[in-house]
Amino acid sequence: MNVHNLLHEIENVDPEVYDRLDSRRKVMKRFSFIGKTLALAAVPSALGSMFNKAYGQTNDDVKDVLLFAYLLENLEAEFYKGVVGTFAAIGVPAGPAQGALTVIRDHEVAHVAFLKTVLNSLGVTPPVYTAASFDFTGGNGSRMGPFAAAASNYGVMLAVAQTFEDTGVRAYKGQAPRLINNNDVLTAALQIHAVEARHASHIRQMRRNLASGSLVPAGVTLQPWITLAQSGIDTGNAGANAAIQMSYAGEEVVSQATVPITNIGGAVISANEASEAFDEPLTKAQVTAIVDPFVV
Amino acid sequence: MEILNRTKKEGDRTLLDDLAQKELSRRKFLRFSGMAGASALVISGVGLTGCVRDDDGSGTDGVNLGSGDIGILNYAYALEQLEAAFYTQVMATPYSGMNALEGEYLKDIRDHEIAHREFFKAALGTSAIQGLDVDFSSINFSSRDSVLATAKAFEDLGVAAYNGAGKLLVSADYLTLAGKIVSVEARHAALIRDLISNGSFADLASLAPLGANTANALDGALNPPQVLAIASTYVRNRIIANNLPTS
Repeated sequence: MNVHNLLHEIENVDPEVYDRLDSRRKVMKRFSFIGKTLALAAVPSALGSMFNKAYGQTNDDVKDVLLFAYLLENLEAEFYKGVVGTFAAIGVPAGPAQGALTVIRDHEVAHVAFLKTVLNSLGVTPPVYTAASFDFTGGNGSRMGPFAAAASNYGVMLAVAQTFEDTGVRAYKGQAPRLINNNDVLTAALQIHAVEARHASHIRQMRRNLASGSLVPAGVTLQPWITLAQSGIDTGNAGANAAIQMSYAGEEVVSQATVPITNIGGAVISANEASEAFDEPLTKAQVTAIVDPFVV
Repeated sequence: MEILNRTKKEGDRTLLDDLAQKELSRRKFLRFSGMAGASALVISGVGLTGCVRDDDGSGTDGVNLGSGDIGILNYAYALEQLEAAFYTQVMATPYSGMNALEGEYLKDIRDHEIAHREFFKAALGTSAIQGLDVDFSSINFSSRDSVLATAKAFEDLGVAAYNGAGKLLVSADYLTLAGKIVSVEARHAALIRDLISNGSFADLASLAPLGANTANALDGALNPPQVLAIASTYVRNRIIANNLPTS
């Protein structure tokens, strides 16, 4: 079968064929019979580039996303391992608080192990991360960053935890489209994404319930979901606040896919609620900038 | 609606034109590629958008979610209708002993679910399924236990539904939209679970029936037929989902 004629025929019955080639993985699957009759090298160059766009970087994308997720999960796992190991020094009360942080630690450790298994199955050996790979003071290795108090202050530690969880949610959300050609990895990433959101919800409740030292600014009602671009955190340190705010930039949107959400459909939906109803993605570059101070 | 106009080439094309074109070309293509199975034949019998309406839901017809990405968006719209109707009732007839904090949270969740429902309705336009006829006869709205248990079931199911539907979407834009919503559902789920039993926010072992994996710390993920089988308790309409993508 001649590829040119084949595509011409396809175009006759499916005028969107070229759009599909560019962006629609399902249709690409339906085109898979092309590969059985002809090597891609035989395909005209214009067509080849289209195929390349759809297929070419797919596997590299998946590996890159997984390696990125592996870094973030190690960051979280090492953070909570440190927290659980120093409950007394931080001042985490025994009971539900210690229990919740232990549950979260276990999940992050499991995510690390799971991602490593997936990476290995793709022939990738990820970097080795240890506690020494990270600086939870946010000092880029100086161990004297603006979050140093997290090691001895329960409220600061929870503020950092909330920021990590909310960032994790937004990071996975931003990377999901790069996994669209791999059903298994995409689904697993979404499953991790939801677990991180559950963590974020609970950490936020823990912060709200702190009788003192919660760092929740006056006039702010901290909820399990993100209101506008509010971090709900005031550390009293401008540098630390600015660093935290990077994790909430863009969450203030009240319109989705050009549909205004505020008071949509005649319902009384405030801007706060409109923003809360949708979490927003962060790009890899944004997330990298956020976590950079915490990576040695 | 820009969201559904991804391949817009002419300024004056309407949303319906685009959807019709998309469905038509998909059908033709399925036939051409020799992969047209029963589902494609069914689609050709029910109109361009794959959407049948059955206003009373009592007949042998039902509410057809349609096919492709539109079908998945309608699937999400159906679930959001259910959640929004539930929380609307919860706030209209608060259970005895609802404290201020619970009232604040449940009102917010109601508003989020209404926002989700209305968003899908607006985005789907003429491809949207009808409003569903809900059946909450199994819920005791005066009982905190009954209401919160149902809320937990809905939220956990919603999370599993979105997680399982992601791979069925073709459009990366829709995938991102679904991602924006599912994490909010997960935030709700965690909160509701904590209201029932503090610390149960991510009890993945209890979520195993919804596809969660404790060893790998993965939340639930279910396919549409699995989700709809559970949700059918709360809907009088028969929901036709057999044209939805399966992979």
